Amino acid sequence: MNLIGTRRRNRATHERRRAAGHERAPAERNEEIRPPIVELRDATVVYPGGHVGIERVSLSIDRGEFAFVVGPTGCGKSTLIKTLIREVDVASGRVLIAGRDIDNIAMAKVPLLRRRIGTVFQDFKLLPNRTVYDNVAYALQVIGAPRSEIRTQVPEILRLVGLQAKIHNYPDQLSGGEQQRVSIARAFVNHPPLLLADEPTGNLDPETSIGIMQLLYRINRTGTTVLVVTHDHSMVDKMRRRVIAFEEGRLVRDEATSGYHDESTTEFAVRVRAEMGVGDEGHTNGDTH
Amino acid sequence: MGRVTFFVSEAIRALRRSAAPSIAAVVTILVTTMLLGVLIPVLRASEGKTTDVRDQIGLRVFLSKDATKAESDRLGEEIEALAHVTSAKYISEDDAVPLLKDRLDSELNRELDLLERNPLPASFEVNLDDPDNVGSVQAALQPSDASGAPKPLSPIIDDVSDSRQEARKITEVTGAVKIVLIVIAALLAIASLLLVANTIRLSIYARRREVEVMRLVGATNWFIRWPFMIEGVLVGLFGATLAVGILWLGKVTIVDPLAESFALVDNFSTVGFAPLVIVLISAAVVVSAMGSGITLRRFLRV
Repeated sequence: MNLIGTRRRNRATHERRRAAGHERAPAERNEEIRPPIVELRDATVVYPGGHVGIERVSLSIDRGEFAFVVGPTGCGKSTLIKTLIREVDVASGRVLIAGRDIDNIAMAKVPLLRRRIGTVFQDFKLLPNRTVYDNVAYALQVIGAPRSEIRTQVPEILRLVGLQAKIHNYPDQLSGGEQQRVSIARAFVNHPPLLLADEPTGNLDPETSIGIMQLLYRINRTGTTVLVVTHDHSMVDKMRRRVIAFEEGRLVRDEATSGYHDESTTEFAVRVRAEMGVGDEGHTNGDTH
Repeated sequence: MGRVTFFVSEAIRALRRSAAPSIAAVVTILVTTMLLGVLIPVLRASEGKTTDVRDQIGLRVFLSKDATKAESDRLGEEIEALAHVTSAKYISEDDAVPLLKDRLDSELNRELDLLERNPLPASFEVNLDDPDNVGSVQAALQPSDASGAPKPLSPIIDDVSDSRQEARKITEVTGAVKIVLIVIAALLAIASLLLVANTIRLSIYARRREVEVMRLVGATNWFIRWPFMIEGVLVGLFGATLAVGILWLGKVTIVDPLAESFALVDNFSTVGFAPLVIVLISAAVVVSAMGSGITLRRFLRV
């Protein structure tokens, strides 16, 4: 319940910012409202064996933003995601989520951090012997949600991702795109303020990828900050959102692509499809914002 | 309460989904529990035998033929007054005959009947509080004089004999048997523990991806661990119950009929069936639940 409250506040912030005509709120203005949702200060990650994951990275992502992280394989993109959910620890520097230094939290509290961050993986990471419904429900069971809430929330989120017809199927009965939708549903079902997606379209064809991006965009429009790691440059170019580029563990480029403007999910899908040269075959599913 | 039902249903779901490893774990528990169920009573029985023998250690004081009734009675009182003696039972010449007949086979019995007069002396059967005190009581009955020759307490004492040597032999044999059994039981226990741990480990290893996903979704370690522990408890309970059932069947069909016809076998039921069942089932449950919990630690780290 608290999480949903947070989401509503986020949306309000987001809209206020839009009304003010800011593409990205200036840092000092943001400070007085709330700290950025993600902030890295001079963060360095060194893997056992000496391999450097990311090196002296500083960046900040505001609430409600939709940002891409790009770069070649092994540049530190995935390390960034792992750092944010504390799968790896930073060797030096600081990582703050919603203003909180996550390197200081106790190991036992790490699950609490992960519940506040939805994560989508390239290989979906679904539980193979559970149905679509149970996979999504698990994320709610973990936070101790009452059964009545699970019974209403899960079908609702599955309708949002367009899988209401496959609710009792097992993951191996679904296509890649459908599995990724389940994974997104699971990540978003408890409405986290931050959604991380690690190569969400890495295993999918262009048309399916657009569907997934459209879904992430729709989630972003509810006020959730979305951070997408990808090496799909053409997709990033078409999306026209903030792009953070990594190379050999270092942040080499951080820019809001020109032409960033607010558009509805449908407008977004139509535009991206047109620019990528993929026909609209009625894959816009569910409701439109 | 809702959480408990969730954990239990998760455990049952896991058991059903991975039937083959679950059955392997149940069978492992069943076999080891059965072995333990046989070994424990055997061990206890051998211990019981030893104490039996030790309890029988006593002294026998033979009287000379010319002792009068009054002298014998007085000696009886004197013996009973000695330290460490619990009782002294008078066995007259006439009583001694049937006692001897009991020990001999029928042929010798007939020869005994051929004797014209009773060759057996009267005696006292002396019982002691502790078999270890045989030496001191014997010394009191037959103190040695300066030259080292025995000088009995009373002139009517002809001879004092003890059953120590016999008893020592039996104790030594049962002791050796006991050591062998304990070693076998210990080896079996270790082997079964490793076997159970390994079986559980395999079944968890097959699901390590699942555990990883749970962790990434934000499940706490105990949230992940509980279903596995309950699964272990169910496996242990199921295996042990089956084993106890088989043991009970064996007891009813084999041991009990034998016990009716042979007193020796009866000795083996030194351990009550109910406490044995409780020990076996709780041991199996604890071992398999711990096995699950400990194995899971590896996958829950980081």
